Amino acid sequence: MLGWELPPHNSGGLGVACYHMAKALAHSGVDIDFVVPYQAEHPDIDFMNIRAATPVTPLERYGLGAYDTSTVYRRLSEADADELHDMRGVQKRYVQFVEYLLEEDSSPYDAIHAHDWLTIEAGIRARELHNIPLIVHVHATEFDRSGLADSGGNPLIHEIEYQGLMMADRIIAVSNATKNIIVQRYNIPADKIDVVHNAFDPASMDASYSYDLRTYAYLETLREEGYTIVTTITRFTAQKGLTHLMQAAARASERYDRLAFLFAGDGEQRDELIQLAAELGIADKVFFTGFIRGKKWRDAYSVGDIFVMSSVSEPFGLTALEAAHHGNALILTNQSGVAEVLDNIYRYDFWDIDALADRIVAIASSDALKSSLKENVKKEYARISWHDVAIRCQQIYTTTSQGAIA
Amino acid sequence: MSQRGIVLYLHVHQPYRVRPYSVFDTGIRHDYFSGGDQDANVDNRSIFEKVADKSYRPMNALLLRLLQTNPDFRISLSISGVFIEQAKEWAPDVIESFQALVNTGRVEILAETYHHSLAFFYSHTEFDRQVAMHRDTIRETFGVTPTVFRNTELAYSDDLATWAEAHGFTGIVAEGWDPVLEWRSPNYVYTAARTSLPLLLKNYRLSDDIAFRFGQHSLTSDLYHTWVNQSLGDQSIVNLFMDYETFGEHQWSETGIFDFFDSFIHSWTDTSDGTFYTVSEAIATHQPVAEISMPHTVTWADSARDLSAWNGNKLQQEALRYVYALESDVIRSEDEALINDWRRLQTSDHFYYMYTKGFEDGTVHDYFSPYDSPYNAFLYYLNAIRDMRWRLHVHHNTGVLNG
Repeated sequence: MLGWELPPHNSGGLGVACYHMAKALAHSGVDIDFVVPYQAEHPDIDFMNIRAATPVTPLERYGLGAYDTSTVYRRLSEADADELHDMRGVQKRYVQFVEYLLEEDSSPYDAIHAHDWLTIEAGIRARELHNIPLIVHVHATEFDRSGLADSGGNPLIHEIEYQGLMMADRIIAVSNATKNIIVQRYNIPADKIDVVHNAFDPASMDASYSYDLRTYAYLETLREEGYTIVTTITRFTAQKGLTHLMQAAARASERYDRLAFLFAGDGEQRDELIQLAAELGIADKVFFTGFIRGKKWRDAYSVGDIFVMSSVSEPFGLTALEAAHHGNALILTNQSGVAEVLDNIYRYDFWDIDALADRIVAIASSDALKSSLKENVKKEYARISWHDVAIRCQQIYTTTSQGAIA
Repeated sequence: MSQRGIVLYLHVHQPYRVRPYSVFDTGIRHDYFSGGDQDANVDNRSIFEKVADKSYRPMNALLLRLLQTNPDFRISLSISGVFIEQAKEWAPDVIESFQALVNTGRVEILAETYHHSLAFFYSHTEFDRQVAMHRDTIRETFGVTPTVFRNTELAYSDDLATWAEAHGFTGIVAEGWDPVLEWRSPNYVYTAARTSLPLLLKNYRLSDDIAFRFGQHSLTSDLYHTWVNQSLGDQSIVNLFMDYETFGEHQWSETGIFDFFDSFIHSWTDTSDGTFYTVSEAIATHQPVAEISMPHTVTWADSARDLSAWNGNKLQQEALRYVYALESDVIRSEDEALINDWRRLQTSDHFYYMYTKGFEDGTVHDYFSPYDSPYNAFLYYLNAIRDMRWRLHVHHNTGVLNG
């Protein structure tokens, strides 16, 4: 398996998904070598072999860049430090490492399972050299990351994705939404793509957690006053559609005055969102936390009544399931993959501000609606398990290998 | 005929800056103005002590020496109440050095709002209270009663002059802005429109040559003397109005600003007909030459010279709206700590930090701001406003907590 990160060294959902998928596969009897682009301890992982492709630390996996060379040279040779200066350098070394791995290892691999564009080049190389079936697992495309920009985002990344999708023997998409993008934007035949939705493992959330009412004391006081807290926890980028959410917040506040909006996270759009809130005259109804993790992060889920995923494009969207786990009613865009596996939620099109405002007001003004959404969605995500994901992956490995031999 | 003179008026002020006050503090800790634990840049005490060393102590020593050695030297000061509070707490010697200046009898103190606020434009009742508070504090600290009025940021309009006259002031000061003056010179005493109140107008070119441009063109005392002479001609007075902190803080000691000042004061009074006036003396000595009307508010800030430095963008407008909306609930609480915090949040500097224009004026705003962005200034301020609402909610138990 070719990946870019694993917990605890992950920056986002990709590492979490890879971890749970690999763990479930290992428990079903699959032997996995998991290649990461950095060197580090993974204390919670004993079910597979982790192979470090380069000597850099997890923080340096996007390139050494501006890191102080005097400390870098103490750990790395000068040649290494030069070559690993940027992410392309790290990726190049990653490819070389995979080549080396395939030559050294006497027992050949049955399949190469590559996650996202960062590792695709290594996957293509493995397939070329040793004719091992390549399965490309798409967690997000460059179209998603650029907020569905017409440009398609970074052209180099787009090109690498395109090459990988063309060369892959099979493609796994994390949702129908992602499959559609692969078909429409990359012109890949639909029958080459399997949709395997991600899952959510409630056991992965620290069980000793208990909600601290004082973390968001002010919001809790508002709740006592009958306010409904609408939360979103995300990166503030164009992909997440947050300007639409802000506009819907203003629209909803016109009709229902006891609403407060918690924007948890940070990103390049932060200042724009603050400005927009002020322009819409709702700055005092909107709460910005900055980047949060740990307890403040979980408490942000807990303080909320309604969780909105306003993404313009969200391949899956694990945070929605985490929010449901902490007792939120969900409002998700039709463009979010996770909306495909849930029924007891509200959906809307990301651009439809009125529809979102309507749904927020509806939930806020009806206790019955609020509580039934909260309770029913909890039953739903319990049905989606990583074990099922592992079974699907194994089936795909098997059929793809047979196809390759034939 | 009266002597040609300089009216030098310096404004002394330090705000209570809001610390990085987050949503996680809101409703829990009410110490908006006191958190220096993480960042000395926003710790009011560290800032005050720094500016005291760089500016207040050396400049007051210089001013006292000039007053003692030069019988013609005079100066006017406006000292905000929030400055006096901070000085009393953290640098009592600075207060004593100002007292020593006032005790010479040749230093006049002007009236203004205690909290350096823009209350005149948002709440006249609150404005009246803050002016009265300032008067009481000046009496108590310096034993004098101010008679000439200066509004925060020199924000002036005909309405303000009407108010000042009705409240017994004997004069008022404002910006001498070209679009208002047109062909007229700022170097005379005028009368405020619709009143008989004498009005002094800042000569902004000569004032800003020191306040903003001193470091840019290595200005010498002789050259500046020539400029003042040229500007003055056969007119009456040159009004040099600027921040006190120009000396040592905005322009550091290394630039030679203190030596320049020392040398210029002597060179000016050494000329046969050159003298200094306090603001009141200038008014008493010179007859007004004409009436000046400013129907729209004029201030001394930015290239627009209006209130837009404080209320020009949406962030500032929202912040001002929120803080003044609290007035009746705050006042009727009769809770001193609450009222005090609310007034500190009215200080104009908070809104100045939320300025987003950029370009030349933005550079000046950035220099004065303790925050790395106007958006952060807004967020911290907004959280403090919400905490005020929370405290009012607890105090009145009205069951109404807005957003």
